[in-house]
Amino acid sequence: MDVIIESLPQYWDGFLRTLFLAAVSGIIALVAGTLLAAARVSPVAALRGFSMAYVEVVRNTPLTIAFFFAAVVLPRLGVTFQQFEIAAIIALSAYTSAFIAEAVRSGVNSVPVGQAEAARSIGMKFGQVLSLIILPQALRTVIPPMINILIALVKNSSVAGAFYVLELFGYGKQLANDHGDAVMWVLVGVAFFYLLITVPLGYLAHQVERKVAIAR
Amino acid sequence: MTTQLPGDALVSLNAVNKHYGQLHVLKDINLQVRKGEVVVVIGPSGSGKSTLCRAINRLETIDDGDIAIDGKQLPEEGKELARLRADVGMVFQSFNLFAHKTILENVTLGPIKVKGVSKAEADKEAMALLERVGVGHQAPKLPAQLSGGQQQRVAIARALAMKPKVMLFDEPTSALDPEMINEVLDVMIQLAKEGMTMIVVTHEMGFARKAADRVVFMADGQIVEDATPEEFFTNPQSSRAKDFLSKLLTH
Repeated sequence: MDVIIESLPQYWDGFLRTLFLAAVSGIIALVAGTLLAAARVSPVAALRGFSMAYVEVVRNTPLTIAFFFAAVVLPRLGVTFQQFEIAAIIALSAYTSAFIAEAVRSGVNSVPVGQAEAARSIGMKFGQVLSLIILPQALRTVIPPMINILIALVKNSSVAGAFYVLELFGYGKQLANDHGDAVMWVLVGVAFFYLLITVPLGYLAHQVERKVAIAR
Repeated sequence: MTTQLPGDALVSLNAVNKHYGQLHVLKDINLQVRKGEVVVVIGPSGSGKSTLCRAINRLETIDDGDIAIDGKQLPEEGKELARLRADVGMVFQSFNLFAHKTILENVTLGPIKVKGVSKAEADKEAMALLERVGVGHQAPKLPAQLSGGQQQRVAIARALAMKPKVMLFDEPTSALDPEMINEVLDVMIQLAKEGMTMIVVTHEMGFARKAADRVVFMADGQIVEDATPEEFFTNPQSSRAKDFLSKLLTH
Protein backbone atom coordinates (compact mmCIF):
# COMPACT_ATOMS: atom_id res chain seq x y z
CA MET A 1 0.00 0.00 0.00
CA ASP A 2 2.96 2.30 0.61
CA VAL A 3 3.38 2.59 -3.13
CA ILE A 4 0.13 4.51 -3.41
CA ILE A 5 1.14 7.01 -0.72
CA GLU A 6 4.62 7.34 -2.20
CA SER A 7 3.32 7.92 -5.71
CA LEU A 8 0.52 10.32 -4.83
CA PRO A 9 2.05 13.15 -6.93
CA GLN A 10 2.02 10.91 -10.03
CA TYR A 11 -1.47 9.70 -9.30
CA TRP A 12 -2.66 13.23 -8.82
CA ASP A 13 -1.06 14.40 -12.06
CA GLY A 14 -2.59 11.44 -13.90
CA PHE A 15 -5.95 12.05 -12.28
CA LEU A 16 -6.00 15.67 -13.43
CA ARG A 17 -5.01 14.71 -16.97
CA THR A 18 -7.70 12.02 -17.14
CA LEU A 19 -10.23 14.53 -15.83
CA PHE A 20 -9.08 17.05 -18.42
CA LEU A 21 -9.26 14.55 -21.31
CA ALA A 22 -12.70 13.35 -20.26
CA ALA A 23 -14.11 16.82 -19.59
CA VAL A 24 -12.93 18.38 -22.85
CA SER A 25 -13.84 15.34 -24.96
CA GLY A 26 -17.16 15.07 -23.14
CA ILE A 27 -18.16 18.65 -23.87
CA ILE A 28 -17.13 18.37 -27.53
CA ALA A 29 -18.96 15.04 -27.83
CA LEU A 30 -22.14 16.42 -26.26
CA VAL A 31 -22.24 19.32 -28.70
CA ALA A 32 -21.23 17.25 -31.75
CA GLY A 33 -23.54 14.39 -30.79
CA THR A 34 -26.52 16.72 -30.41
CA LEU A 35 -25.75 18.29 -33.80
CA LEU A 36 -25.49 14.80 -35.34
CA ALA A 37 -28.85 13.87 -33.83
CA ALA A 38 -30.37 17.10 -35.17
CA ALA A 39 -28.97 16.27 -38.61
CA ARG A 40 -30.46 12.80 -38.33
CA VAL A 41 -34.01 14.16 -37.94
CA SER A 42 -33.62 17.13 -40.30
CA PRO A 43 -35.66 17.44 -43.49
CA VAL A 44 -32.43 17.56 -45.56
CA ALA A 45 -31.71 14.07 -46.90
CA ALA A 46 -27.96 14.66 -47.27
CA LEU A 47 -27.63 15.62 -43.59
CA ARG A 48 -29.64 12.59 -42.52
CA GLY A 49 -27.44 10.34 -44.65
CA PHE A 50 -24.19 11.83 -43.36
CA SER A 51 -25.28 11.55 -39.74
CA MET A 52 -26.42 7.97 -40.13
CA ALA A 53 -23.23 6.91 -41.93
CA TYR A 54 -21.02 8.61 -39.34
CA VAL A 55 -22.83 7.07 -36.38
CA GLU A 56 -22.90 3.59 -37.90
CA VAL A 57 -19.22 3.58 -38.84
CA VAL A 58 -17.86 5.12 -35.65
CA ARG A 59 -20.13 3.32 -33.23
CA ASN A 60 -19.31 -0.06 -34.73
CA THR A 61 -15.51 0.19 -34.83
CA PRO A 62 -13.17 -0.15 -31.84
CA LEU A 63 -11.98 2.95 -30.05
CA THR A 64 -8.38 1.91 -30.73
CA ILE A 65 -9.02 2.39 -34.44
CA ALA A 66 -10.13 5.96 -33.74
CA PHE A 67 -6.91 6.50 -31.77
CA PHE A 68 -4.73 5.04 -34.53
CA PHE A 69 -6.57 7.20 -37.01
CA ALA A 70 -5.95 10.36 -34.96
CA ALA A 71 -2.35 9.39 -34.14
CA VAL A 72 -1.19 7.94 -37.46
CA VAL A 73 -3.49 8.84 -40.31
CA LEU A 74 -4.21 12.50 -39.47
CA PRO A 75 -0.47 13.44 -39.31
CA ARG A 76 0.03 11.84 -42.75
CA LEU A 77 -2.74 14.08 -44.04
CA GLY A 78 -0.82 17.05 -42.77
CA VAL A 79 -2.59 17.47 -39.40
CA THR A 80 0.18 17.34 -36.82
CA PHE A 81 -0.03 17.81 -33.09
CA GLN A 82 2.41 19.38 -30.65
CA GLN A 83 1.04 17.16 -27.93
CA PHE A 84 -0.58 13.82 -28.35
CA GLU A 85 -3.34 14.93 -25.96
CA ILE A 86 -4.96 16.78 -28.83
CA ALA A 87 -5.10 13.62 -30.92
CA ALA A 88 -6.52 11.77 -27.91
CA ILE A 89 -9.22 14.40 -27.50
CA ILE A 90 -10.10 14.18 -31.21
CA ALA A 91 -10.33 10.39 -31.05
CA LEU A 92 -12.34 10.32 -27.82
CA SER A 93 -14.81 13.02 -28.83
CA ALA A 94 -15.27 11.62 -32.35
CA TYR A 95 -15.95 8.20 -30.89
CA THR A 96 -18.20 9.33 -28.03
CA SER A 97 -20.25 11.73 -30.17
CA ALA A 98 -21.64 8.77 -32.13
CA PHE A 99 -23.07 7.29 -28.93
CA ILE A 100 -24.37 10.64 -27.74
CA ALA A 101 -26.08 11.11 -31.12
CA GLU A 102 -27.91 7.82 -30.73
CA ALA A 103 -28.97 8.66 -27.17
CA VAL A 104 -30.26 12.09 -28.19
CA ARG A 105 -32.08 10.59 -31.17
CA SER A 106 -33.87 8.13 -28.91
CA GLY A 107 -34.81 11.08 -26.69
CA VAL A 108 -36.16 12.97 -29.70
CA ASN A 109 -38.26 9.95 -30.61
CA SER A 110 -39.66 9.83 -27.08
CA VAL A 111 -41.13 13.34 -27.34
CA PRO A 112 -44.77 12.98 -28.45
CA VAL A 113 -45.26 13.98 -32.07
CA GLY A 114 -48.02 16.39 -31.00
CA GLN A 115 -45.39 18.66 -29.43
CA ALA A 116 -43.76 19.22 -32.82
CA GLU A 117 -47.14 19.58 -34.53
CA ALA A 118 -48.23 22.24 -32.04
CA ALA A 119 -44.95 24.10 -32.51
CA ARG A 120 -45.24 23.98 -36.29
CA SER A 121 -48.84 25.13 -36.04
CA ILE A 122 -47.86 28.40 -34.38
CA GLY A 123 -45.48 29.07 -37.25
CA MET A 124 -42.14 27.87 -35.89
CA LYS A 125 -39.47 26.87 -38.41
CA PHE A 126 -37.69 23.52 -38.20
CA GLY A 127 -34.73 24.90 -36.25
CA GLN A 128 -37.00 26.56 -33.70
CA VAL A 129 -39.17 23.49 -33.27
CA LEU A 130 -36.05 21.45 -32.60
CA SER A 131 -34.16 23.86 -30.35
CA LEU A 132 -37.09 25.32 -28.37
CA ILE A 133 -39.49 22.40 -28.07
CA ILE A 134 -38.03 19.01 -28.98
CA LEU A 135 -34.43 19.05 -27.74
CA PRO A 136 -35.14 20.58 -24.29
CA GLN A 137 -37.60 17.76 -23.64
CA ALA A 138 -35.51 15.07 -25.34
CA LEU A 139 -32.34 15.89 -23.41
CA ARG A 140 -34.13 15.58 -20.07
CA THR A 141 -35.27 12.06 -20.85
CA VAL A 142 -31.83 10.88 -21.94
CA ILE A 143 -29.81 11.99 -18.92
CA PRO A 144 -29.37 8.42 -17.56
CA PRO A 145 -28.05 6.90 -20.84
CA MET A 146 -26.02 10.05 -21.42
CA ILE A 147 -24.27 9.66 -18.07
CA ASN A 148 -23.53 6.03 -18.91
CA ILE A 149 -21.84 7.20 -22.07
CA LEU A 150 -19.82 9.80 -20.15
CA ILE A 151 -18.76 7.22 -17.58
CA ALA A 152 -17.63 5.00 -20.46
CA LEU A 153 -15.74 8.00 -21.85
CA VAL A 154 -13.84 8.46 -18.58
CA LYS A 155 -12.76 4.83 -18.71
CA ASN A 156 -12.11 4.91 -22.46
CA SER A 157 -9.69 7.77 -21.93
CA SER A 158 -7.31 5.13 -20.54
CA VAL A 159 -6.61 4.10 -24.13
CA ALA A 160 -4.67 7.35 -24.39
CA GLY A 161 -2.27 5.88 -21.83
CA ALA A 162 -1.32 3.30 -24.42
CA PHE A 163 -0.47 6.16 -26.77
CA TYR A 164 2.05 7.75 -24.40
CA VAL A 165 -0.29 10.26 -22.79
CA LEU A 166 0.52 10.32 -19.09
CA GLU A 167 -2.98 10.13 -17.71
CA LEU A 168 -4.04 7.80 -14.89
CA PHE A 169 -3.54 4.60 -16.84
CA GLY A 170 -0.30 5.86 -18.39
CA TYR A 171 1.12 6.56 -14.93
CA GLY A 172 -0.25 3.22 -13.79
CA LYS A 173 1.84 1.44 -16.42
CA GLN A 174 4.90 3.44 -15.45
CA LEU A 175 4.43 2.82 -11.71
CA ALA A 176 3.84 -0.87 -12.30
CA ASN A 177 7.17 -1.05 -14.12
CA ASP A 178 8.94 0.79 -11.31
CA HIS A 179 7.35 -1.22 -8.51
CA GLY A 180 7.27 -4.75 -9.88
CA ASP A 181 6.67 -6.12 -6.38
CA ALA A 182 3.53 -4.04 -5.78
CA VAL A 183 1.67 -4.16 -9.09
CA MET A 184 -1.58 -5.05 -7.38
CA TRP A 185 -1.50 -1.97 -5.15
CA VAL A 186 -0.52 0.24 -8.06
CA LEU A 187 -3.62 -0.92 -9.93
CA VAL A 188 -5.84 -0.51 -6.85
CA GLY A 189 -4.65 3.08 -6.72
CA VAL A 190 -5.44 3.60 -10.40
CA ALA A 191 -8.90 2.08 -9.94
CA PHE A 192 -9.52 4.30 -6.91
CA PHE A 193 -8.82 7.46 -8.84
CA TYR A 194 -11.08 6.38 -11.71
CA LEU A 195 -13.84 5.73 -9.18
CA LEU A 196 -13.24 9.21 -7.81
CA ILE A 197 -14.50 10.55 -11.15
CA THR A 198 -17.10 8.00 -12.19
CA VAL A 199 -19.00 7.46 -8.92
CA PRO A 200 -19.77 11.17 -8.35
CA LEU A 201 -20.77 11.36 -12.04
CA GLY A 202 -23.41 8.70 -11.46
CA TYR A 203 -24.59 10.47 -8.32
CA LEU A 204 -24.77 13.78 -10.17
CA ALA A 205 -26.85 12.14 -12.90
CA HIS A 206 -29.34 10.95 -10.32
CA GLN A 207 -29.69 14.44 -8.85
CA VAL A 208 -30.02 16.17 -12.21
CA GLU A 209 -32.53 13.62 -13.40
CA ARG A 210 -34.76 14.23 -10.39
CA LYS A 211 -34.52 17.96 -10.80
CA VAL A 212 -35.38 18.29 -14.48
CA ALA A 213 -37.96 15.53 -14.84
CA ILE A 214 -41.08 16.82 -16.56
CA ALA A 215 -44.53 15.55 -15.84
CA ARG A 216 -46.90 14.80 -18.69
CA MET B 1 -67.83 24.32 -59.72
CA THR B 2 -68.60 26.66 -56.88
CA THR B 3 -70.57 29.81 -57.42
CA GLN B 4 -68.30 31.82 -55.13
CA LEU B 5 -65.38 33.77 -56.48
CA PRO B 6 -62.09 32.31 -55.23
CA GLY B 7 -61.20 35.61 -53.57
CA ASP B 8 -64.35 35.38 -51.53
CA ALA B 9 -63.21 32.44 -49.47
CA LEU B 10 -60.79 32.66 -46.55
CA VAL B 11 -60.19 28.93 -46.71
CA SER B 12 -60.65 27.19 -50.00
CA LEU B 13 -60.16 23.52 -50.85
CA ASN B 14 -60.49 22.46 -54.47
CA ALA B 15 -60.58 18.85 -55.65
CA VAL B 16 -58.41 17.67 -52.77
CA ASN B 17 -57.47 14.00 -52.68
CA LYS B 18 -55.39 12.02 -50.24
CA HIS B 19 -54.53 8.34 -49.87
CA TYR B 20 -53.02 6.39 -47.01
CA GLY B 21 -51.65 3.53 -49.06
CA GLN B 22 -54.71 1.81 -50.50
CA LEU B 23 -57.12 3.83 -48.38
CA HIS B 24 -58.62 6.84 -50.13
CA VAL B 25 -59.16 9.11 -47.09
CA LEU B 26 -60.09 12.35 -48.84
CA LYS B 27 -62.12 12.04 -52.04
CA ASP B 28 -62.35 15.09 -54.25
CA ILE B 29 -63.03 17.52 -51.42
CA ASN B 30 -64.36 20.97 -52.30
CA LEU B 31 -64.96 23.35 -49.44
CA GLN B 32 -65.06 27.13 -49.22
CA VAL B 33 -65.17 28.92 -45.89
CA ARG B 34 -65.86 32.65 -45.84
CA LYS B 35 -64.48 35.12 -43.34
CA GLY B 36 -66.38 35.00 -40.07
CA GLU B 37 -68.05 31.72 -40.89
CA VAL B 38 -68.21 28.86 -38.38
CA VAL B 39 -68.18 25.50 -40.15
CA VAL B 40 -68.67 22.35 -38.12
CA VAL B 41 -67.45 19.11 -39.67
CA ILE B 42 -69.14 15.99 -38.38
CA GLY B 43 -69.25 12.37 -39.43
CA PRO B 44 -68.53 8.86 -38.25
CA SER B 45 -64.97 8.03 -37.18
CA GLY B 46 -62.73 7.17 -40.08
CA SER B 47 -64.67 9.49 -42.37
CA GLY B 48 -61.61 11.70 -42.96
CA LYS B 49 -62.76 14.76 -41.04
CA SER B 50 -59.62 15.03 -38.87
CA THR B 51 -57.42 14.49 -41.91
CA LEU B 52 -59.31 17.28 -43.67
CA CYS B 53 -58.75 19.62 -40.73
CA ARG B 54 -55.04 18.78 -40.50
CA ALA B 55 -54.56 19.16 -44.25
CA ILE B 56 -55.62 22.80 -44.04
CA ASN B 57 -52.37 23.79 -42.28
CA ARG B 58 -50.42 21.02 -44.00
CA LEU B 59 -49.85 18.82 -40.97
CA GLU B 60 -51.06 16.26 -43.50
CA THR B 61 -49.89 16.53 -47.08
CA ILE B 62 -52.33 16.00 -49.91
CA ASP B 63 -51.87 14.02 -53.11
CA ASP B 64 -53.59 16.43 -55.47
CA GLY B 65 -55.95 19.35 -55.60
CA ASP B 66 -55.19 22.66 -53.94
CA ILE B 67 -55.74 24.42 -50.66
CA ALA B 68 -55.60 28.19 -50.34
CA ILE B 69 -55.80 30.41 -47.28
CA ASP B 70 -56.82 34.02 -47.80
CA GLY B 71 -56.14 33.61 -51.50
CA LYS B 72 -52.65 32.19 -51.03
CA GLN B 73 -51.82 28.62 -52.02
CA LEU B 74 -50.40 26.48 -49.21
CA PRO B 75 -46.65 26.48 -49.89
CA GLU B 76 -44.35 23.48 -49.73
CA GLU B 77 -42.41 22.83 -46.54
CA GLY B 78 -40.19 25.74 -45.47
CA LYS B 79 -40.23 29.38 -44.38
CA GLU B 80 -43.28 30.31 -46.43
CA LEU B 81 -45.30 27.51 -44.91
CA ALA B 82 -44.23 28.52 -41.39
CA ARG B 83 -45.39 32.08 -42.09
CA LEU B 84 -48.75 30.88 -43.35
CA ARG B 85 -49.22 28.54 -40.40
CA ALA B 86 -48.77 31.48 -38.04
CA ASP B 87 -52.06 32.79 -39.48
CA VAL B 88 -53.91 29.53 -38.89
CA GLY B 89 -54.66 28.64 -35.28
CA MET B 90 -54.83 24.96 -34.47
CA VAL B 91 -56.37 23.27 -31.43
CA PHE B 92 -55.70 19.55 -31.02
CA GLN B 93 -57.64 16.75 -29.42
CA SER B 94 -54.73 16.04 -27.06
CA PHE B 95 -54.05 19.75 -26.27
CA ASN B 96 -50.31 19.40 -27.02
CA LEU B 97 -49.23 22.14 -24.65
CA PHE B 98 -45.44 22.37 -24.47
CA ALA B 99 -44.78 20.14 -21.48
CA HIS B 100 -41.58 21.86 -20.32
CA LYS B 101 -42.95 25.41 -20.47
CA THR B 102 -45.23 27.23 -18.06
CA ILE B 103 -48.78 28.12 -19.07
CA LEU B 104 -47.72 31.72 -19.67
CA GLU B 105 -44.70 30.66 -21.75
CA ASN B 106 -46.89 28.35 -23.80
CA VAL B 107 -48.90 31.38 -24.88
CA THR B 108 -46.02 33.86 -25.30
CA LEU B 109 -43.57 31.58 -27.15
CA GLY B 110 -45.20 32.03 -30.56
CA PRO B 111 -45.54 35.82 -30.43
CA ILE B 112 -41.98 36.22 -29.13
CA LYS B 113 -40.15 33.70 -31.32
CA VAL B 114 -42.24 33.79 -34.47
CA LYS B 115 -43.55 37.34 -34.58
CA GLY B 116 -40.74 39.08 -32.72
CA VAL B 117 -43.05 40.71 -30.17
CA SER B 118 -41.24 42.02 -27.06
CA LYS B 119 -41.49 39.85 -23.96
CA ALA B 120 -43.27 42.55 -21.93
CA GLU B 121 -45.92 43.03 -24.58
CA ALA B 122 -46.32 39.28 -25.18
CA ASP B 123 -46.73 38.69 -21.44
CA LYS B 124 -49.39 41.38 -21.22
CA GLU B 125 -51.37 40.06 -24.16
CA ALA B 126 -50.99 36.46 -22.98
CA MET B 127 -52.32 37.32 -19.52
CA ALA B 128 -55.33 39.05 -21.09
CA LEU B 129 -56.00 35.95 -23.22
CA LEU B 130 -55.58 33.60 -20.27
CA GLU B 131 -58.02 35.73 -18.26
CA ARG B 132 -60.43 35.64 -21.16
CA VAL B 133 -60.45 31.83 -21.22
CA GLY B 134 -60.62 31.76 -17.42
CA VAL B 135 -57.19 30.38 -16.47
CA GLY B 136 -55.29 33.57 -15.67
CA HIS B 137 -54.40 32.43 -12.16
CA GLN B 138 -52.73 29.27 -13.57
CA ALA B 139 -50.11 31.25 -15.53
CA PRO B 140 -47.00 30.15 -13.58
CA LYS B 141 -47.92 26.45 -13.51
CA LEU B 142 -46.81 23.66 -15.83
CA PRO B 143 -49.36 22.05 -18.17
CA ALA B 144 -49.43 18.73 -16.29
CA GLN B 145 -50.71 20.54 -13.20
CA LEU B 146 -53.90 21.62 -14.99
CA SER B 147 -57.06 19.67 -15.74
CA GLY B 148 -57.81 18.66 -19.30
CA GLY B 149 -60.42 21.36 -19.71
CA GLN B 150 -58.03 24.01 -18.44
CA GLN B 151 -55.25 22.75 -20.70
CA GLN B 152 -57.50 22.92 -23.73
CA ARG B 153 -58.50 26.48 -22.89
CA VAL B 154 -54.80 27.37 -22.63
CA ALA B 155 -54.30 25.72 -26.04
CA ILE B 156 -57.01 27.98 -27.45
CA ALA B 157 -55.31 31.01 -25.87
CA ARG B 158 -51.98 29.90 -27.36
CA ALA B 159 -53.51 29.76 -30.83
CA LEU B 160 -55.29 33.12 -30.38
CA ALA B 161 -52.05 34.79 -29.28
CA MET B 162 -50.86 34.56 -32.90
CA LYS B 163 -53.92 36.58 -33.97
CA PRO B 164 -54.89 33.98 -36.56
CA LYS B 165 -57.19 34.59 -39.50
CA VAL B 166 -58.85 31.24 -39.01
CA MET B 167 -58.98 28.71 -36.18
CA LEU B 168 -59.01 24.96 -36.75
CA PHE B 169 -60.34 22.69 -34.00
CA ASP B 170 -59.59 18.97 -34.35
CA GLU B 171 -62.00 17.23 -31.97
CA PRO B 172 -61.20 19.68 -29.16
CA THR B 173 -63.43 18.03 -26.56
CA SER B 174 -62.98 14.34 -27.43
CA ALA B 175 -60.25 13.73 -24.86
CA LEU B 176 -62.06 15.53 -22.03
CA ASP B 177 -64.05 14.23 -19.11
CA PRO B 178 -67.75 15.05 -19.61
CA GLU B 179 -67.86 17.72 -16.91
CA MET B 180 -65.07 19.65 -18.63
CA ILE B 181 -66.54 19.72 -22.10
CA ASN B 182 -68.77 22.72 -21.51
CA GLU B 183 -66.05 24.99 -20.21
CA VAL B 184 -64.20 24.50 -23.51
CA LEU B 185 -67.32 24.78 -25.67
CA ASP B 186 -68.29 28.02 -23.90
CA VAL B 187 -64.97 29.55 -24.90
CA MET B 188 -65.49 28.39 -28.48
CA ILE B 189 -69.05 29.72 -28.63
CA GLN B 190 -67.82 33.08 -27.35
CA LEU B 191 -65.13 33.07 -30.02
CA ALA B 192 -67.71 32.30 -32.71
CA LYS B 193 -69.87 35.18 -31.51
CA GLU B 194 -66.92 37.54 -31.77
CA GLY B 195 -66.68 36.73 -35.47
CA MET B 196 -63.71 34.36 -35.60
CA THR B 197 -63.60 32.17 -38.69
CA MET B 198 -63.67 28.61 -37.38
CA ILE B 199 -63.53 25.10 -38.77
CA VAL B 200 -64.49 22.67 -36.04
CA VAL B 201 -64.31 18.89 -36.23
CA THR B 202 -66.45 17.65 -33.38
CA HIS B 203 -68.98 15.16 -32.11
CA GLU B 204 -70.72 17.85 -30.06
CA MET B 205 -74.04 18.30 -31.82
CA GLY B 206 -75.09 20.90 -29.27
CA PHE B 207 -72.20 23.10 -30.34
CA ALA B 208 -73.09 22.59 -33.99
CA ARG B 209 -76.68 23.69 -33.37
CA LYS B 210 -75.70 26.65 -31.23
CA ALA B 211 -72.71 28.12 -32.99
CA ALA B 212 -72.38 26.76 -36.52
CA ASP B 213 -73.29 28.65 -39.66
CA ARG B 214 -72.87 25.48 -41.69
CA VAL B 215 -72.63 21.80 -40.95
CA VAL B 216 -70.48 19.69 -43.25
CA PHE B 217 -71.22 15.99 -42.99
CA MET B 218 -68.44 13.61 -44.09
CA ALA B 219 -68.54 9.88 -44.67
CA ASP B 220 -65.94 7.63 -46.29
CA GLY B 221 -63.71 10.52 -47.24
CA GLN B 222 -66.41 12.50 -49.03
CA ILE B 223 -68.44 15.54 -48.15
CA VAL B 224 -71.94 14.11 -48.25
CA GLU B 225 -73.91 17.11 -47.03
CA ASP B 226 -73.20 20.80 -46.59
CA ALA B 227 -76.14 22.63 -45.02
CA THR B 228 -77.24 24.97 -42.27
CA PRO B 229 -77.56 23.25 -38.86
CA GLU B 230 -81.30 23.71 -38.98
CA GLU B 231 -81.60 21.96 -42.36
CA PHE B 232 -79.12 19.27 -41.50
CA PHE B 233 -80.55 18.22 -38.17
CA THR B 234 -84.22 18.44 -39.08
CA ASN B 235 -84.13 17.32 -42.69
CA PRO B 236 -80.98 15.42 -43.68
CA GLN B 237 -80.94 14.51 -47.37
CA SER B 238 -78.65 11.49 -47.56
CA SER B 239 -79.24 8.07 -46.09
CA ARG B 240 -75.72 8.17 -44.54
CA ALA B 241 -76.59 11.32 -42.62
CA LYS B 242 -79.99 9.97 -41.57
CA ASP B 243 -78.34 6.81 -40.34
CA PHE B 244 -75.64 8.76 -38.47
CA LEU B 245 -78.15 11.09 -36.81
CA SER B 246 -80.51 8.30 -35.82
CA LYS B 247 -77.66 6.55 -34.01
CA LEU B 248 -76.79 9.73 -32.15
CA LEU B 249 -80.23 10.81 -31.21
CA THR B 250 -81.51 7.51 -29.86
CA HIS B 251 -79.02 7.68 -26.99
